[in-house]
Amino acid sequence: MAVLVVADHDNAQLKDNTHKTVTAALALTSDVDVLVAGAGVTDVAAQAARIAGVRKVLTAESEALGKQIAEALSGCVVPLMGGYDAVLAPATSVGKNFSPRVAALLDVAPISEIVEVVGADTFTRPIYAGNALETVQSSDAKRVITVRATAFKAAEEGGSAPVEAVDPGPGAPATRFVSEEILKSDRPELAAAKIVVSGGRAMGSAEEFHRVIEPLADRLGAAVGASRAAVDAGYAPNDYQVGQTGKVVAPQLYIAIGISGAIQHLAGMKDSKVIVAINKDADAPIFQVADYGLVADYKTAVPELMAALAAAGK
Amino acid sequence: MKILVPVKRAIDSNVKARVKSDQTGVDLANVKMSMNPFCEIAVEEAVRLKEKGLAEEIVAVSIGPIQAQETIRTALAIGADRGILIQTDADPEPLEVAKLLKAVALAEAPRLILMGKQAIDGDNNAVGQMLSALLDWPQATFAYKIELSPQVVRVTREVDGGLQTLELDLPAVVTADLRLNEPRYASLPNIMKAKKKTIDVKTADDYGGAGAGHLKVLRVTEPARRTAGVKVENAADLVARLKTEAGVL
Ligand SMILES: Cc1cc2nc3c(=O)[nH]c(=O)nc-3n(C[C@H](O)[C@H](O)[C@H](O)COP(=O)(O)OP(=O)(O)OC[C@H]3O[C@@H](n4cnc5c(N)ncnc54)[C@H](O)[C@@H]3O)c2cc1C
Ligand SMILES: Nc1ncnc2c1ncn2[C@@H]1O[C@H](COP(=O)(O)O)[C@@H](O)[C@H]1O
Repeated sequence: MAVLVVADHDNAQLKDNTHKTVTAALALTSDVDVLVAGAGVTDVAAQAARIAGVRKVLTAESEALGKQIAEALSGCVVPLMGGYDAVLAPATSVGKNFSPRVAALLDVAPISEIVEVVGADTFTRPIYAGNALETVQSSDAKRVITVRATAFKAAEEGGSAPVEAVDPGPGAPATRFVSEEILKSDRPELAAAKIVVSGGRAMGSAEEFHRVIEPLADRLGAAVGASRAAVDAGYAPNDYQVGQTGKVVAPQLYIAIGISGAIQHLAGMKDSKVIVAINKDADAPIFQVADYGLVADYKTAVPELMAALAAAGK
Repeated sequence: MKILVPVKRAIDSNVKARVKSDQTGVDLANVKMSMNPFCEIAVEEAVRLKEKGLAEEIVAVSIGPIQAQETIRTALAIGADRGILIQTDADPEPLEVAKLLKAVALAEAPRLILMGKQAIDGDNNAVGQMLSALLDWPQATFAYKIELSPQVVRVTREVDGGLQTLELDLPAVVTADLRLNEPRYASLPNIMKAKKKTIDVKTADDYGGAGAGHLKVLRVTEPARRTAGVKVENAADLVARLKTEAGVL
């Protein structure tokens, strides 16, 4: 059995999601190749070649692949599948976008966001906003899977796989890239951060969100997250949303401030190692999953927390 | 132009799903069902495009049990013009749904298919992408903003890290994200009007058959439950416990 992993990268840096997806692939077979599809990806391919356990790195380059256009990615991956029994991609916005296309073109059932490899054809995945876990067995000859990266450990460095160029495929003639707005931040990436500080509707304004959540995050070296209500109200950018339809995070420490704990929010953070909730409503559902709950107004609790952290040398 | 909007009947988003004790699935008996929220956003967007004079007809299509007629009625009350129900009691997988929707698309020849990015029961996030691939029409998923003109559609998409804008030749498939719009409440007159609109009830065979599923559900289990921890006295107590007890600082 051979498995192809489609790398997560931005044409410059390989993302840690790739290492985690390689771990899922190695649970299936030892013959794991990584495809780096993009534009100007020589450096990314070299990074992928260093992942321990990788047999070979394939590179495919075109303008459309450089923009991660779904049609271009599926058009590149499908012809390669003659040589593989499964293709795995991290369940990022790119992975979710192209992977079901590959499944449709191969006439197989896609398997979305697996959290466990049970056997060669059997996988577990969350459904109903994480309120249930479904274990499915595929009868397809080839399997097309996205991987919830937070459920797998990152594969180690230390490999030295050979790199080989492959045909980039036909591109995406009917889809044109127009523009992008990518937020730049010096904070750790939300999905990979060890600590996440999230703010909810209680913040009341974007200014308050900046004033309260960000300094605390910076003191802890944490990423910033938000509830959908905070994002919808414009207090925080969309990219910060944690939950069923936002990002799934599983940090060592998750601090929810002024977030009620709706099921859709819990879906994105309940696998965090330690959860802290600060909420003035003692009955807020977030306290049912919090390891440490502080029933307080954030307006006094957060400054006190900042001071306590400073006193503790943090 | 004609817009096709696939809508799914799913568990209401305010209901917490419960796993059946025999681990065969989620208990949906006596559970409130509604239109999948992302489909509602897709219907709303289609209606807004029609209100702007950019579309003439909106066809809502659902694959599901007879009760999915109610879901289609909801779409008609928001402003869709007619409905198609492909009635089945089987719970078709995304691949089967995509194949049936392809057949509907070929029969109806819409210029745009607007649908939800994800159904909140299976959380697959797959059908739109698969439909686009099967039709060989371009796709834009996770739409945040849609600008439609007669030959192309410009879609700003929510991607990890920010936003990406694409331009697609029509016909195309676009899937809606949460921030695309806020669906209206259907007014009473519109609910009454919707009762007079037609819903064609069809079977999968009318559209070439549904095919057999490719996935066997071995079991459905409840995830490890978290238990409520302790309430701390104040911030200093919290920091002390995070340092010593939890060891995460
Ligand atoms: C299809 C669908 C998908 C969704 N996906 C997501 C998702 O991915 N992520 C997500 O987060 N949500 C999602 N939602 C929305 C979700 O249902 C909730 O509406 C949302 O999470 C609520 O956000 P909140 O907790 O910030 O706001 P609220 O529920 O309004 O909670 C605010 C909390 O702040 C507390 N508070 C107020 N003032 C103070 C104060 N001064 N000090 C301390 N505490 C205070 C209140 O007690 C309250 O508990 C989704 C909904 C749907 C229908
Ligand atoms: N049974 C169905 N009937 C009609 N549309 C569906 C059905 N299942 C899925 N869809 C459409 O596909 C979208 C994505 O669903 P999914 O890929 O299953 O998460 C939904 O928002 C609907 O627009």
